[in-house]
Amino acid sequence: MADEVILLDFWPSMFGMRCRLALAEKGVKYEYKEEDLKNKSDLLLRMNPVHKKIPVLVHNGKPVCESLIILQYIEETWPDRCPLLPSDPYQRAQARFWADYIDKKFYGLGRKVWTTKGEEQEVAKKELIEIMKVLEGELGDKPFFGGEKLGFVDVAIVPFSTWFYAYEMCGNFSIEAECPKLIAWTKRCLEIETVSKSLVDPHKVYDFILQLKKALGIE
Amino acid sequence: MAEEVILLDFWPSPFGMRVRIALAEKGIAYDYKEEDLKNKSPLLLAMNPVHKKIPVLIHNGKPVCESLIAVQYIDEVWHDKSPLLPSNPYERAQARFWADYVDKKIYDLGRKIWSTKGEEQEAAKKEFVESLKLLEGELGDKPFFGGQAFGFVDVALVPFYSWFYAYETCGGFSIEAECPKLVAWAKRCLLRESVSKALPDPEKVHGFVLELKKKFGVE
Repeated sequence: MADEVILLDFWPSMFGMRCRLALAEKGVKYEYKEEDLKNKSDLLLRMNPVHKKIPVLVHNGKPVCESLIILQYIEETWPDRCPLLPSDPYQRAQARFWADYIDKKFYGLGRKVWTTKGEEQEVAKKELIEIMKVLEGELGDKPFFGGEKLGFVDVAIVPFSTWFYAYEMCGNFSIEAECPKLIAWTKRCLEIETVSKSLVDPHKVYDFILQLKKALGIE
Repeated sequence: MAEEVILLDFWPSPFGMRVRIALAEKGIAYDYKEEDLKNKSPLLLAMNPVHKKIPVLIHNGKPVCESLIAVQYIDEVWHDKSPLLPSNPYERAQARFWADYVDKKIYDLGRKIWSTKGEEQEAAKKEFVESLKLLEGELGDKPFFGGQAFGFVDVALVPFYSWFYAYETCGGFSIEAECPKLVAWAKRCLLRESVSKALPDPEKVHGFVLELKKKFGVE
């Protein structure tokens, strides 16, 4: 029976990129559907009536929502290739913890960096750097968060690196100067074909942010 | 080898209650340590340096943080008894989705109900009831969210029942009047010893909330 896999997504979304990367790692063929978030499709509204957000993975007509839940679903449905989660329950709990940490901390602060100015922006920049330093500590000397190979936490975090250039330009700071190990890890990930194909061009993200700022009336 | 299981917790925490229920469902003996959140123990700070929050499950000296991650860890380690998550990947994704929905909505809306007044409180009450109604819809005619068996979503949500009396009293409304099926479900859960022993007396929770209101200067 042929699998029908559809991904409802929006090109600059870090959360969508996570799913693109996981599907690529697993070698799963899928149909990518770009959503216009100002004019959400009937399919999206039916598949995610609760949150009405992307990404949504639709597998044989059945929707899975929330990117980290989608990642775990992909992992469990296509277990034979490129395991993303460790087999040991304690290490799995640690991987889930760090993916959750990103969700709790990163997105909100990143958003503040490009939407605010002055004092508020300085505080957001400082906190964002602190979080990146915590992540650097967790990475340690390992090539990837998953160890020798790309894992769940790498897939969860690396899409955010496509927004670094936009944060730096809007916030007037250098992430590489503050967190060289994290940037080195980003570059290491980008050497992997599935990653470079799943992640978008940071300059395009910056252009998108500039348009958003204009639309939101942010100087 | 003897298992050493410790739970760092705080008696009114719905997140802590989740872990208590999961441990009881699996019949695991553990050492319950009550934390004073105004004076956190060195053990808590050492075991959860990132968030400094309870609950923390410590298994043979190794910490697992974040309640839903701890519940999944418990389910995976003690997998022979009372499975909390379904075995089918799609059903697991649905269970994780609804537990995540509870995390996104219930705690913050509940908090607004007891810590605000007037327009803000009315808006919170309305959204809170809408969220509970959505959950009622998901429950449908099943005895538990997990179906015939008590499961992950039941564990995630039922602790908040111990806070309903506090929400109702602070907010001047009846949750049972709005969501009778959900309250019937909660009472059904309370027939399970794992739940009745984990949940504190709702009047005690209300007393605790009144003290918090005084402390935060909320009238």
